Amino acid sequence: MEFGPHLMLALLEGAVTSAVLALTAMGLSLVFGVMRVVNVAHGAFFMLGAVAAWWIADLVGAHPALGFAAALLAAPLLVGAGAMLADRLILAPVGYDPERTIVATIGLMYVIEQTVLMGFGPDARPVAPPFDARIALPWVERTAEGLALYWPWGLSITAYKLFVIAAAAAILAGLWALMTRTGAGLVMRATQQDRDMARAFGVPVSRVFARVFGLGAALAAMGAVLVVPIQQAHYLMGGDPLLLSFIVVIIGGLGSLPGTVVAALLIGMTDGIVSVFLSPTLAKIVATLAVALVLVFRPQGLMGRARA
Amino acid sequence: MIDARRSLLLHGGIVACLALLAATLPAYHAGNLTRILVLAVYAMGYNLLFGYTGLLSLGHALFFAAGMYGFGLSAALGGLSAGAALLAGVAAAALVAGLTGALALRTRDVAFMIVTLMFAQAGYLTILYFGTWTRGDEGFVLPAAARRLAGFDLRGDGARLVAALTLFSACFLATAALTGSRLGRTLIAIRENEDRARMLGYDTARLKLVAVVLSGTLSGLAGAAYAMLFGYVGASFATVQYSILPLLWVLLGGAGTTVGPLIGVALVFYLIDWSSRVTDAYMLVAGVALIGLTLFAPQGVAGLIRRKAAPWLP
Amino acid sequence: MAAVTLLETRGLSKSFGGVTACDGIDLALPAGETLALIGPNGSGKSTFTAMVSGRIRPDRGRVLLRGRDVTALPAHARIAMGMAYTFQITSVFADLPVRENVALALRRTVRGEGRVQAGTDRTLERVGLLARADQPAGDLSYGHQRVLEIAMGLAQNPALFILDEPTQGLSEPEVAEFVALMDALPAATAVLLVEHNMDVVMRLAGRIAVLDAGGLIAVGPPDRIRADPAVQAAYLGTADA
Repeated sequence: MEFGPHLMLALLEGAVTSAVLALTAMGLSLVFGVMRVVNVAHGAFFMLGAVAAWWIADLVGAHPALGFAAALLAAPLLVGAGAMLADRLILAPVGYDPERTIVATIGLMYVIEQTVLMGFGPDARPVAPPFDARIALPWVERTAEGLALYWPWGLSITAYKLFVIAAAAAILAGLWALMTRTGAGLVMRATQQDRDMARAFGVPVSRVFARVFGLGAALAAMGAVLVVPIQQAHYLMGGDPLLLSFIVVIIGGLGSLPGTVVAALLIGMTDGIVSVFLSPTLAKIVATLAVALVLVFRPQGLMGRARA
Repeated sequence: MIDARRSLLLHGGIVACLALLAATLPAYHAGNLTRILVLAVYAMGYNLLFGYTGLLSLGHALFFAAGMYGFGLSAALGGLSAGAALLAGVAAAALVAGLTGALALRTRDVAFMIVTLMFAQAGYLTILYFGTWTRGDEGFVLPAAARRLAGFDLRGDGARLVAALTLFSACFLATAALTGSRLGRTLIAIRENEDRARMLGYDTARLKLVAVVLSGTLSGLAGAAYAMLFGYVGASFATVQYSILPLLWVLLGGAGTTVGPLIGVALVFYLIDWSSRVTDAYMLVAGVALIGLTLFAPQGVAGLIRRKAAPWLP
Repeated sequence: MAAVTLLETRGLSKSFGGVTACDGIDLALPAGETLALIGPNGSGKSTFTAMVSGRIRPDRGRVLLRGRDVTALPAHARIAMGMAYTFQITSVFADLPVRENVALALRRTVRGEGRVQAGTDRTLERVGLLARADQPAGDLSYGHQRVLEIAMGLAQNPALFILDEPTQGLSEPEVAEFVALMDALPAATAVLLVEHNMDVVMRLAGRIAVLDAGGLIAVGPPDRIRADPAVQAAYLGTADA
């Protein structure tokens, strides 16, 4: 394959990564934006979504499309509910103190991971995608008549991956509508802007927090359900998404949906492209240091507004 | 408060008890004690920054690994003697602590935690990237010459235990002296109310950096000693887990107490030892402990003792 | 023979966003004088003291201590030059014993723990807190915490003592104790006193500086300020009693 088609494939694959990453990171960003706490167990919720998807698909048994649909609906609800419970039992009692929350969610991460290890086992388990088609991708070439499309041999992508991109975009659009057009979204944004003022206006802040925490986990779980037919479910699969979500949220600026999407595109695309041309380890080193240096020198992120 | 003489008695007494234990424990537990003592030095290093200065780092594995690899690479690749390699390890840790500390201290609270975590991750990945020399996750075994210090062969169980006890005692007495000193009191003041400390004329920015470097150096010494005593250097000691463990040790044992780190390491060591017989998922213990401590007992064992029975406990 | 003025500000200015908090403030404070800074809320008093102490950098202007330009010097370094500072909202080491609070103030300059503790005892006795020396500072009443903070300042034996609304939240007898403490300061101590309590101001101040909307509208001895019709109309009639 020549460079052009190869690059286009890399970009499409990068778009799949970005799509899932945008969903996952948005969950983390919401929680930090509204509640001002860092949830280190966010990757664990992601993993729970994938494991739940495997379990539901296994339970439903029938056609993979049915299992997958059930998982896409049920897994985020289950994980979200679990997260709300964790909020009631752990986060609320420590008063959402930033330092104590980080330590407690580190503990929660280990509890979730190790419990899954005990129940699910250390192996990676696949989940069948709902449909199995491959779509050939066209490229342009010069012919005697001018430019024409042709389908290079071997240049293809699964229909499912295209579905992932579309589904993630749809969910994010729905989230945007929720945040900007509904009463619930208004309440969330008000609590994010000024917690005490919202409380003074009668907003039930603790209930909002529980729901936001649940929503954040559900978004991660949605991302995981979408990615698990591509990637397989494994009890340690939450580590990379956690780190990448961190990078996206910090670089994109907190609580900003457009910023998160742009950063996710940036990270997702470059992660894919750079890993093709350079060592993936080196790419990760650069990304990790970039996060640290952004926090040190430009804490409002590349797109956020500077905090007073 | 406790005065210098009583402090010496208390800490010297603890060292004496440990020596007695070392002489009388059966082989299995004596081996555990060796490990516990070296890791307790790491915990004391972490306690200096977290317990006394009030800075929560999530990246101390970077310093432990800097000491470990500084020692290991100098000995294995550079052919340095054990003593020289120890110095190299300590120097490496101090340097890394100074550089990352200067950057990380420009942030505070949550951002500081994330920055330290990121630096440690970058360190771990760098070890993997230079796998040709570091052997990455697999790690490498140290040559016999690197395990001989001042004429003693540290590969034997007995010599190892004596070395670990000596190292621990020296660091234990040193940190006890430090925390009771002018510098120690000032670090506590920074922990309690940094703004007020600043407005009493203390250069809190410089002092926090001093705390990071001291903490990192002590952690690196533990890493170098661990390599020297157990003969193995590996990237697993640079992972996030080795940054979370000192936090757990110090929280459980009692942050801001001199004896807390040792208690914490011993308790967690045996908790994990026991639970790993039952299941592969032994880190579950760590997770539950962290949640429980944060919710119910953030002052840890020694902290509880101090509050309920012995307000003079240093 | 004129000594170098202890504290001098020249054209000190600061804006936040579009709002001018301080506009070109020129003030001079010689050793031994107590200067009270008064003005309504939002007039720039806190911003001014923050710039003098080094907690905020000015947009324009200079701060001079003993003739030396300290505008770029960080707060802790100015404190080390002989400045003491109490916060508008009392800030002590709440979980440390009262004794240790004062000891920390002394320890920067006094060597030897024995001498530090002796100095601590003396200071605590002077302010009447010796009996509570071993209590956590946070257990003290608000009034006593304020006194503790002043004690920490006294312990430093400062050349310049900056107090930001020290009598806020104090009861009548506590205010009287505060005035007595101020009276007993070494004669050479210069005091910059931000205050709303006019009785205290009139009692302690050698000169009064009046701020309004970021600008200095009058400086002078209490009688002249009290008689100034503009100042009277704007502030003294509505000041807290």
